[in-house]
Amino acid sequence: MQRIGVFVCWCGTNIAATVDVKAVAEAARKEPGVVFATDYQYMCSEAGQKLIRDAIAEHKLTGVVICSCSPRMHEATFRKTVEAAGLNPYMLEVANIREQCSWIHKDRTEATEKAVVLARTAIAKVSLNVPLTAGESPVTKRALVIGGGIAGIQSALDIADAGYEVDIVEKQPTIGGKMTQIDKTFPTLDCAACILTPKMVDAAQHEKITIYSYSEVTEVTGFVGAFKARIKRKARFVDETKCTGCGECTSKCPSKKNKNEFNLGLDNRTAIYIPFAQAVPKVAVIDAESCIKKKTGKCGLCQKICGAGAIDYEQKDEYIEREYGAIVVATGYNPIDLAKYDEYAYSQSPDVVTSLELERLMNAAGPTKGTLLRPSDGTHPHTIVFIQCVGSRCDDARGKPYCSKICCMYTAKHAMLIREKYPDTEVHVFYIDVRTPGKNFDEFYRRAVEQYGVDYIKGMVGKVVPHDGKLLVQGSDLIANEQVRIEADMVVLAAAIEPDKSARSIATMLTASIDTNDFFTEAHPKLRPVESPTAGVFLSGVCQGPKDIPETVAQASACAAKVIGLLAKDKLKGNPCVAHVNEEMCNGCSTCEKVCPYGAITYQDKEFRVPGPKRTEIRRVASVNEAVCQGCGACTVACMSGAMDIKGFANKQIFAEVDAICR
Amino acid sequence: MQIKIDENGNFKPTIVAFCCNWCSYAGADLAGTSRLSYPANVKIVRVPCSCRVNPLFILRAFQRGADGVILCGCHPGDCHYTTGNYYTRRRMTLLFNMLDYLGIERDRTRVEWVSAAEGAKMARVMNEFVARICELGENKRLEDLRCKKSLEE
Repeated sequence: MQRIGVFVCWCGTNIAATVDVKAVAEAARKEPGVVFATDYQYMCSEAGQKLIRDAIAEHKLTGVVICSCSPRMHEATFRKTVEAAGLNPYMLEVANIREQCSWIHKDRTEATEKAVVLARTAIAKVSLNVPLTAGESPVTKRALVIGGGIAGIQSALDIADAGYEVDIVEKQPTIGGKMTQIDKTFPTLDCAACILTPKMVDAAQHEKITIYSYSEVTEVTGFVGAFKARIKRKARFVDETKCTGCGECTSKCPSKKNKNEFNLGLDNRTAIYIPFAQAVPKVAVIDAESCIKKKTGKCGLCQKICGAGAIDYEQKDEYIEREYGAIVVATGYNPIDLAKYDEYAYSQSPDVVTSLELERLMNAAGPTKGTLLRPSDGTHPHTIVFIQCVGSRCDDARGKPYCSKICCMYTAKHAMLIREKYPDTEVHVFYIDVRTPGKNFDEFYRRAVEQYGVDYIKGMVGKVVPHDGKLLVQGSDLIANEQVRIEADMVVLAAAIEPDKSARSIATMLTASIDTNDFFTEAHPKLRPVESPTAGVFLSGVCQGPKDIPETVAQASACAAKVIGLLAKDKLKGNPCVAHVNEEMCNGCSTCEKVCPYGAITYQDKEFRVPGPKRTEIRRVASVNEAVCQGCGACTVACMSGAMDIKGFANKQIFAEVDAICR
Repeated sequence: MQIKIDENGNFKPTIVAFCCNWCSYAGADLAGTSRLSYPANVKIVRVPCSCRVNPLFILRAFQRGADGVILCGCHPGDCHYTTGNYYTRRRMTLLFNMLDYLGIERDRTRVEWVSAAEGAKMARVMNEFVARICELGENKRLEDLRCKKSLEE
């Protein structure tokens, strides 16, 4: 028989105001097996923990029930407490009488009654607990970073600087991500390329970093400390080890009319191309869909011209497999597709552009060499209208419910840069709210208004109509309470940002969770903001939520710190609540193997003693790899002979809980 | 033994809720943190995954006098263990069909997908479920009074 101690926490007034804690302790004392029950103001405090440790020693407790906040909050804390007193940490159960009782019920009698039932349920469970020992597994001292934008690069550099190997897997032919396309950064107006490209080079030259560009992670198995990833290296038809990046091939390629993704389709590129001058790795890539040689078999000009002999039309996709201890998700974002926002005439006029397209139009390395020209006729625009929140803070199905966070600031930046370079250009900004929290952000926005004379109009635009080479913008000014009509030369849309399309499939691959908008969910929104709830998976950058460059870099470094903390360990303690086979009962039917999502179950022939003259027989029985099993319990229900159970959530424990609730 | 009729003569059902550790239990915690109330009749049993819930647990609850059993898990596609809730969905479809066949009201059992972010949904689902069980009244069909007797002795 167990000797159980029950500790009821007041949590200040959080619990004690609605639950009669003394009555709960009193009721617990009457339960079978309970030898001690008490209450205290803050069980999690040092004094509270000491009370628990002392009671364990004094009353020779074998099981402990803590009635307090959610086990998701302090189970780990109390496990350490009982362990310090010499008990097995798994001889503890937490009754959640705060989140699931005192905070949701107002009636004191009702809440107390419920707390008594919850306490007795935990007592019923703990009386069937058995000591568990977590297995240990080794840590592979190598990290995988998925995504080579500024977030991925920063995380990789920080991890590599601590002395661990890092692989960056980037699906584009070059690392750098969205930041490479940006012209200048707010609020300092320094050039994005000037601060990013040195970091890209650092990453490429770092002895601990390997960059797999034009590659994708296709499969991840394993668990924290021992992930196995399969990486697809897409055929670029150019030998990366031979190409010198001279660019000779790109100047001679006859297939010239292909949409240039880097400039967002504002100009064309050749079929063999280097995305931009500072690309890392600076290696050409052949776009098989537009390559004449790949399509017709005739041409081969680039191969003839290449002095390094790097062109290989027969190159195939390659797969590599690597082991990692930790995985960083840095998959970033994209602006939303504006096809559904036809009122802004985005698909009707080339002079209606997104803000990212405007970045390219203003960039010295862009299609116009930095001169702001209308895409339609190449003339200088004299009136430009910016429309904010296109798809952000939107309550219908076309857009996103959240604020994209960066648009207010980059629009102020664009408006300011245009007014500075072309003082004769009128700039109007339609906004719902201007949101500029951040260091030097509001000062920056006020400079745009006060110093550069940008016309901010509070209100929404109803319609943009292309007419006679101009764009008629019809909107409302909510402050003046009047309709506004502006004849503009260009309209710039601040499109909402959304997680990259790959987020969902990567989340599934990693069994990490994402929210309804496909942003990765953090383990705790306040206290564990860079970890995913899946152990060993960390979050860096916009994949977790909209953020600007400084925030992304800060999060990337925070993420790296967490990864380094993990990789610095030689061994990891696993979760001991895993499946367990009763070999005497197992009939080797293979049902459990089929439902196991981790492949943790295998079969072994074992010798069993049997009555009768044979004495022993060989039977095929299931065997669980405890390092691989995650303890979901699918097998326990599938098992027809009842041989499978989960430690810590055993059948008889759950039956006991159900019985205690229904008593 | 629980008293199922309060002093005003209102029926107080016993409800067992199984919640998976990763989504629904966290969703219930969020309902608490957001102070969204639902009836105190609901008592939550934490399980690692909704697929840990053996149909026998549900039958056991009815046998011991529960008036309603609700099972909550992550949304399909969002299971922490990738596929657990798909098993739940299939198993519960079979179990609920069987209970229906046995003459147990279909509404006494329910499966809901509640994510860790859906505290409001958790509270709404629980309020609706309890209201429905109150309409249905006591579970007399599956309750095994011998269990109560042995306890009282």
